[in-house]
Amino acid sequence: MKRLFAKAIVTSALLGGMLVHAADTIKVGVLHSLSGTMAISETTLKDTVLMLIDEQNKKGGILGKKLEPVVVDPASNWPLFAEKMRGLLTKDKVDVTFGCWTSVSRKSVLPVVEELNGLLFYPVQYEGEESSKNVFYTGASPNQQAIPAVDYLMNEMGVKRWVLAGTDYVYPRTTNKILEAYLKAKGVPASDIMINYTPFGHSDWQSIVSDIKKFGSTGAKTAVVSTINGDANVPFYKELGNQGISSSDIPVVAFSVGEEELSGLDTKPLVGHLAAWNYFQSAESDMNTKFIKTWKTFIKDDKRVTNDPMEATYIGFNLWVKAVEKAGTTNVDKVSDAIIGLSVPNLTGGTATMLKNHHITKPVLIGEIQENGQFETVWSTEKEVPGDAWSDFLPGSKDMISDWTKPVNCGTYNTVTKKCSGTN
Amino acid sequence: MNKESVIFKILKNDKGGKIVLSILAVVVFVVSVCNLFVPSDSAFYISTFTVTILGKYLAFALLALALDLVWGYLGVLSLGHGAFFALGGYAWAMYLMRQIGDRGVYGNPDLPDFMVFMNLKELPWFWYGFDNPLFAFIMVMAVPAILAFVFGWFAFKSRVTGVYLSIITQALTYALMLAFFRNDMGFGGNNGLTDFKDILGFDLSSDSTRVGLLIITFLCLSAGYLLCRFIINSRLGRVVISIRDAESRVRFLGYKVAHYKVFIFVVSAILAAIAGALYVPQVGIINPGVFSPLFSIELVIWVAIGGRGTLYGAIIGAMVVSFASTYFTSALPEVWLYALGGLFVVVTLYLPKGIVGLISQLTSRKAA
Amino acid sequence: MNFLKILLLNLLFISFSIASNFQIDSSALSTKSFKEKEQVLENLLENYKEDEKLDVLLQNMLAGDLYFIKATNELVILETKEDNNYFVKNLITDESLSAMDKNELSKVKINNKLRGVIKSGLAKINLFSKKTDKRLKAAKNILANLELEDKELLAQALQSEKNSSVRDILLESDANLKAKFSAGTEQLEAVKLLGGFLSSKSLETLNYVVSNSESEELKEVANESLKEIENSKWFYSLIETAFFGLSQGSVLLLAAIGLAITFGVMKVINMAHGELIMIGAYTTYTIQQLMPNLIEYSIIIAIPAAFIVSGIVGILIERLVIRHLYGRPLETLLATFGVSLILQQLVRSIYSPLNQEVKTPSWMSGALEVNSSLFLTYNRLYIIIFGIVVFLSVLYVMKKTSLGLKVRAVSQNRPIARAMGIKSSYIDAATFGIGSGIAGVAGVALSQLTNVGPNLGQAYIVDSFMVVVFGGVGNLWGTLIAAFSLGEINKFIEPLAGAVLAKVIILVFIILFIQKKPRGLFPQKGRDAED
Repeated sequence: MKRLFAKAIVTSALLGGMLVHAADTIKVGVLHSLSGTMAISETTLKDTVLMLIDEQNKKGGILGKKLEPVVVDPASNWPLFAEKMRGLLTKDKVDVTFGCWTSVSRKSVLPVVEELNGLLFYPVQYEGEESSKNVFYTGASPNQQAIPAVDYLMNEMGVKRWVLAGTDYVYPRTTNKILEAYLKAKGVPASDIMINYTPFGHSDWQSIVSDIKKFGSTGAKTAVVSTINGDANVPFYKELGNQGISSSDIPVVAFSVGEEELSGLDTKPLVGHLAAWNYFQSAESDMNTKFIKTWKTFIKDDKRVTNDPMEATYIGFNLWVKAVEKAGTTNVDKVSDAIIGLSVPNLTGGTATMLKNHHITKPVLIGEIQENGQFETVWSTEKEVPGDAWSDFLPGSKDMISDWTKPVNCGTYNTVTKKCSGTN
Repeated sequence: MNKESVIFKILKNDKGGKIVLSILAVVVFVVSVCNLFVPSDSAFYISTFTVTILGKYLAFALLALALDLVWGYLGVLSLGHGAFFALGGYAWAMYLMRQIGDRGVYGNPDLPDFMVFMNLKELPWFWYGFDNPLFAFIMVMAVPAILAFVFGWFAFKSRVTGVYLSIITQALTYALMLAFFRNDMGFGGNNGLTDFKDILGFDLSSDSTRVGLLIITFLCLSAGYLLCRFIINSRLGRVVISIRDAESRVRFLGYKVAHYKVFIFVVSAILAAIAGALYVPQVGIINPGVFSPLFSIELVIWVAIGGRGTLYGAIIGAMVVSFASTYFTSALPEVWLYALGGLFVVVTLYLPKGIVGLISQLTSRKAA
Repeated sequence: MNFLKILLLNLLFISFSIASNFQIDSSALSTKSFKEKEQVLENLLENYKEDEKLDVLLQNMLAGDLYFIKATNELVILETKEDNNYFVKNLITDESLSAMDKNELSKVKINNKLRGVIKSGLAKINLFSKKTDKRLKAAKNILANLELEDKELLAQALQSEKNSSVRDILLESDANLKAKFSAGTEQLEAVKLLGGFLSSKSLETLNYVVSNSESEELKEVANESLKEIENSKWFYSLIETAFFGLSQGSVLLLAAIGLAITFGVMKVINMAHGELIMIGAYTTYTIQQLMPNLIEYSIIIAIPAAFIVSGIVGILIERLVIRHLYGRPLETLLATFGVSLILQQLVRSIYSPLNQEVKTPSWMSGALEVNSSLFLTYNRLYIIIFGIVVFLSVLYVMKKTSLGLKVRAVSQNRPIARAMGIKSSYIDAATFGIGSGIAGVAGVALSQLTNVGPNLGQAYIVDSFMVVVFGGVGNLWGTLIAAFSLGEINKFIEPLAGAVLAKVIILVFIILFIQKKPRGLFPQKGRDAED
């Protein structure tokens, strides 16, 4: 009976004691799911951060101090993400966190990181419609992935009819909204657009693929723009192949299928289907060759692949390191100011610059799936595209911009009413 | 004076209950004081992080209590109790969403962000009234109660029992999960409801509000405990326990078994819902994942590990497992599923009466 | 003599120049621009149709085996490669060259558009191939990309074609052309004919005729043909939906049979059932890894292997955990839940948290094309048959073998069975082993349809329970009927309400159904069946 009481006192003493911890390392939080449904995608990013910390420490750390990773497992459980973030910021006192994958996890972490003035680097492509003072988005926003992909299909492949197939959650819903508006603005009639949503982990694609086939058999070139979430792509592609739809009949361009997803797939029937990213493992550049080599050595597996979110993590990490060195401190506000305008090399031979809206510039690459599970780039933008947080194609956000520098200092600034809406 | 003696009477023979509730009272008191009144650089300071975690655990404890009522005493294993928790949570979250007003990202005073994004022109009919906290509170209790009543009425009247009942409670929560995940349902879909600003006028991010919520959660837990204990000690409670042990006999004795079952089921659902409503402002987000069948099974594990059929065992189980969960996912993130799974297997095999059973074994050995 | 020599030399010269023209023209493929490559291909197709080298070039280009030597722009075909050493042979002369370094060669890359051009080109060449399936494929391709210029080609092909299915397609193509470009009675006849064909091309042509022609009579005939096609399409899509339902039902059946057995005999809610399915799927993967040259047989080998592996795991679970919880079904639920967590994490540690690639053998890929509206995919067809076979085997074991007799006895009345000398604990282990083994076998089938990852089991556990509860615990026929009816209902509702709502409706339906029939469709008989 007294035990529990004593336990409470001891715990609180320990927690208090933690405040007096040695401050000779810089703590880096790693907030990625290591179990649960998202473990498949997120474990790789945890390992990427560990590798980058390792490499940086070999160079002597930052500001003379070594980097120390603090890894926690939010287990694909969204409320747990918020709890872990709070723990990282208050208990472990990390100076920066690299984490999250799904928009839900990011949204649940957002209020915590804003309340406690933390710093989060988010490396996954997402739907936009958000810009936080404490978050830096190194993944693609829709104008850096979806729109250029549609342009490629329309111009290079002469696609006239569109199937927008997605999993039922925010990212596909927003992306499809933007794409629908974009297509209509380009003169595509509504009867030539078919939109379809399926639940997470949907595995029985027979009827939907059959519908796609019917939709695509009117003679006009049809393509599928897929925002189907990673896991469900496997049975989707399998069914496409089995029902006789080849990539030259009805090509599918996916936004959530990367090298890692392909490694769990039999890629023979998929050859010729497309994906749109800002990085492919097959990109030819010295930085990339070095990166791949370092990764394979670090993970001790020659067969592991690299993918776009890894590059985004790499860019985010390097930008942060550069900003800390420029600011001379890890203080969140100073680093956030210093990082704007900085550039680091990306892995495709160009550079990534941090913009005022906390997004970066990224090139857009369209690649075709090869039999060995890699992508072959068939088209790319000439220059890097700056990320746009607020889509110009949605009525709610086309008047909004995000600018975290003075004097605007607002993530949801309405250029028409000249007001900063929301609490950002 | 009168109140005290009522509490005393209810807890008269309940040594375990007295112990657990008093320990929790002390802990809550200490944590609140050390958070609000102790400067943050002192060794005795307790972070807000701990405050919110504790609050979350206590909400879970209330949920476990609700399940113990229906499982430990009525003998009905509900594998879908998370559904009532979630419904209560959503109802309260809807109130919190309305409170955001025009401070959302899109600045729309009437529509929460996710509705603007889904191109809704106006508030769906089922959101009306949720800007009133009293209405929201009534809905927190009413909606799950109605669902529990309808479901229970049909199930218990048709004498669905045992394994079948458990499976269809799973089906219930699974169906609700699928439905709430749909973005066109109007409940925020996969992203759920989040970004709350304040509750009843108090800013949710301030320390004092958090401590306040902690204390309220504890009070609700205690009240819930007293209510359950009261029900169990009453004559109605004794009939309920008999139903658990020998249902057919009780029926032959002339009692309307189905009525008793429905009553307990509904009370339990309401308690679970209140737990959900307490959980939401402290965690800051609710999403259809709470409807998942897995979560409902986890709560059964809490009660089993604590010791079912004791009420205070449920509280202990919920606190212990949640604490272990938080600890393992920080300390041993790679291996925590092994540890947790192992814990479940070991406790079920060797500690059938849960932790409570273990403690009583140890204390009786000491006595002997 | 002299004359002959001159003739020979001339012929040689001519053939040489023809060949070298092909060589010169085709080497233009070394350009980087996809548009230029397209033009080169079109030029080649127009001028070198007869050249069989063109066929070889196109095939290899499609397969990604066409390279050119950077120094000389000569086209070569990749035969084998070892690390950075590539063994190639010259396209034109066919001679194999010595090993070249990877950096000396450059692949002739293609994109999607080029792929289409190559395929049509190949089709036109292959229309006269000796192999029937090549001709069939070629004919279908021509139909899909029909142009007026193909008229002569079609006429030529129709003269020599003997195979009836190829003829049908050629005739359809011919009718399409006539309907679109001819006039008068020829056109009318063609339009009427089109009603009997189902392909989307015919549909497209008819729509074109309806919207573009001036003759009322023509429009009427076209509309009639359209209606004919619509009706046949509707009929076939019904069959197709029924097929989808059967296939989903067979998946449910496979997943649920094992559960029906363990549930029925031992009243055990085995929460690790999904993981046993997953183990079966991983067994398939492992076998494919161990025997990479036997992919075609991997599934056949995997079936007994998965049965054994999952069966052993099941027996282990029974002996170590469940046996101690005899008579406490609800505790078994909790314990097996813990086991399922452990199994999931075990797989994550041993393999990796990522999904694994399970290849589909070629005899299971593709589909049986009954007609252009009805595709019966092979993998699902085989799985339906497989599911029924598994079901019948289990039924046989249960009804006709002594083991089955003992299992049934124990499930109906354990104390009496034991009194009659049946070792009920062995039977328990055996039953659990069989149930788990079947789950493993289900995993083999599922590996062909969906992701193989540590979370595979979670996706099927709720559905399996639903089937068993709906069908009646412990009754195999109940499980069969429940599985197939749920599959069919789901597939017929899906096009109307969407995938999610269809599932929700099914769940609500089961909940309501249980109120009416609390023990499922086919309740278990016997005294022990109570509770």
